[in-house]
Amino acid sequence: MDVILFLVFAIIAVLCAINVVVQTHPIASALSLIGVMGSLAVLYLLLGAEFIAAAQVIVYAGAVMVLFVFVIMLLNAGEEVHRGRSFVVQVLGAPLLIALLGLLVYFAQRLFPGAPMVRFGAFRGGTAVAVGRALFTQYLLPFEVTSVLILIAILGAIVLARKELD
Amino acid sequence: MHPITTAHYLGLSAALLLIGTVGVLTRRNIVIILMSIELILNAVNLNLIAFSKALQSVNGQIFAIFVITDAVAEAAVGLGILIALFRNKETVLADEIDLLKW
Repeated sequence: MDVILFLVFAIIAVLCAINVVVQTHPIASALSLIGVMGSLAVLYLLLGAEFIAAAQVIVYAGAVMVLFVFVIMLLNAGEEVHRGRSFVVQVLGAPLLIALLGLLVYFAQRLFPGAPMVRFGAFRGGTAVAVGRALFTQYLLPFEVTSVLILIAILGAIVLARKELD
Repeated sequence: MHPITTAHYLGLSAALLLIGTVGVLTRRNIVIILMSIELILNAVNLNLIAFSKALQSVNGQIFAIFVITDAVAEAAVGLGILIALFRNKETVLADEIDLLKW
C-alpha cells in the first residue's frame, strides 16, 4: 500500500512539475503547480508529517497560489512565444539532465544504503503537538525572528507595489 | 515489492530540484520563474521531512516550517517587484528587462 501510494503521487508530482516548466500559459503552469503541492502534501502524510501536510495545503496550495493567480490576472500575461534555442541545447539538454539526475540518485543510494524503510504510521513525531512543543521551546527565538521577517516582507510588498502619489 | 526507503524520497526531491532549475534557467516569463523557485523550495522541504523521518526527530519539520515561511515572504516580495516592474517596463519577460546592461 505504501509503495503504491508513494509511486502514484511521486509520478503525479514529477509530471505536474514538468508541466509547470513546459506549459506556455502562466495559468496552466499555476494549476500544475497546485497538483505538485497536493501530491507533495500526500507524501508528507506518508512520512508522518501531519502538520506540515496541512500547512502545505493551506499555505502553498491556498494562499501562495491565489497570490500567483491574482498577479497573472493583474498583469494580463498571455502566452509566451518560444525563441529558437541552439542546436546543442536541443540535442543534449534532456539526456544530460537525466544523466545528472541518475548520478544524484546513485549517490543518494550509496550514501544511505541501509536507510530505514519508510512505512506509514511508524513515526508519530509530526503531530501538531510535537511540532508546536519544539517550535515554542527549543526554536522560540527563530520563530520570533520569522515573525519579524514576515513583517518586513509585508511592508516591502506594499511599498513595492503601491502607486506613486505625486 | 521493493520497499520505499529514504533514498527514494531523496531521488524524487532531486528530480523536482532539477526540473525547477530548468524552469528558472529556460523560461522567459518572470511569473513562471517564480513558480519554478517555489518548486525548488518544495524539493528542499521534501528532503528535510524525509530526513526528519529517517532520523526519528521533529527538527527537520521545524526547518520545513521556516522554509515555507521564507517561500511565502519571497513570493510576496517577488510578485510586488514584478508589479512595480510591469508598471515601469510593460513587460513580464525576463530577457526584455535589461536596465543593467550597457
